[in-house]
Amino acid sequence: MAAAENRPKPQVWHEILHHTLKQHDIKLVTYVPDRVLTTLITSIHADPFFTAFPAAREEEAVGIVSGAWMGGLRGAVLMQTSGFATLANTLASLVLPYQIPLIMVVSERGTLGEFNYGQTLVCRTMRPVLESLAIEHHTATRLDEFEFIVDRSIRQAVATQAPVALILSPLLTGGKVFAA
Amino acid sequence: MTNATSPTRSANTKVMNRFDLTTRLVAKLKHDEAVVGGIGNTNFDLWAAGHRPQNFYMLGSMGLAFPIALGVALAQPTRRVIALEGDGSLLMQLGCLSTIAMLAPANLTLIVMDNGIYQITGAQPTPAATTTDIVAVAQGCGLAQSAWAADEDDFDRLIHDALSATTPRLIAARIDDKPAAGTTPRDPVQIRERFMVGLGVRSAH
Repeated sequence: MAAAENRPKPQVWHEILHHTLKQHDIKLVTYVPDRVLTTLITSIHADPFFTAFPAAREEEAVGIVSGAWMGGLRGAVLMQTSGFATLANTLASLVLPYQIPLIMVVSERGTLGEFNYGQTLVCRTMRPVLESLAIEHHTATRLDEFEFIVDRSIRQAVATQAPVALILSPLLTGGKVFAA
Repeated sequence: MTNATSPTRSANTKVMNRFDLTTRLVAKLKHDEAVVGGIGNTNFDLWAAGHRPQNFYMLGSMGLAFPIALGVALAQPTRRVIALEGDGSLLMQLGCLSTIAMLAPANLTLIVMDNGIYQITGAQPTPAATTTDIVAVAQGCGLAQSAWAADEDDFDRLIHDALSATTPRLIAARIDDKPAAGTTPRDPVQIRERFMVGLGVRSAH
C-alpha cells in the first residue's frame, strides 16, 4: 500500500482501474475483448501481479471468477455491453444465489454516437437487467470521480458478497472511434 | 469411431452407470480434492456418493461446471480439482475447453457423463448424440490427453492417472439413462460456504 501511495496519481481511466484492482488484490482478470478496453488489457497483461487471459464467452468468464473467489483468489471480468447481455442466467442462478462478489467492468457500446443499431438495442437492455436483479451498478463518466467509484464499488462488493457492474461510459473512455 | 448406431462413440466403450462411476471416483479421493458437480444429475450423484466438504453443487448456470472448476484450479494450484459435467451441459459452453487448454492447469480433470440426452428435462436427444465425439472435440481444443473410458476398470485407470497428471485432460464415459441416486439439498449459500470451508478459504464457525 505504501508504494501505491507514493506513486504519482494516475490521470488516465485505465491506469486508475489497473492500480485500484491491484490495491484490492484482484489478481485474476479474464475478459472477452473490446476495443476500448485494449489499453487496460495490455497493461494488465504486462504486469506480473495479474493472471490475465481471454475467455471464449462472458458466462464462462463469470464461472471462472466465481470458482476462483471460492478458492481464495479475487478476480474481475472485463466485457462490453453485448457481452453483459449474455449473462442474465448466470447472474440469477450462480452469482446472486451463491452470494459471490463478482466485479464486472463493462465498456459501454450503443450510446453517444453509436452506428450499429444492434448495439444500441442491446445497450438498452443492460440497466433494466441490472435493475431487475437488484445488482449494484455505477456508470463512470468523469475522471475525477472514477477512482472513488471503483474503489468503493469493489469494497462494497467484497463486504456484502454481492456483484457490481462498473459501466465505463464513452464520456470517460472516449468510446469507440467511429468512422465519419 | 465407427459404430452403426452411434458413429461418434467408440464401439468398444461400454455403457456404464453415472452413480457407479461417481462412487468409484469419490473412492479414489484421498487428498481433499475439490469436485464441482454440474447442474442436475451429475451433482445429485456426487451428493449421493457421500457428501464431502470439498464438493460444490450447482443450481443452474448450465455449462459452467468446467469454468467454475478452472477458477478453483487457478486459485489453488496445489489442490487437485475435478469437474463432473453432462454432455448436454458441455455443449452449452464448448468454448471453455479452449480456455482450459490454453491455460493448461496441471491440477484440473474434466469428466463428461455422456448419455446423449437432456435427461433431467425429459430425455430429449442432444444435438451431439449421433454426430459429435466429445473426446475428439476436447483433443481438437488442445486437451491432447483426453480419452473415452472403455469400461469401469478403464475409468478407474484414467482417474488414477489424472490425479497425478501434469496436464489437464477430459475423460468421457458413456452412461445409461438411470435417474440419479439422490437429490442434493438446494441451499446455495450453505453449499458455497461449506465449499469454502472445505477448501480452507474460510474457517468453520
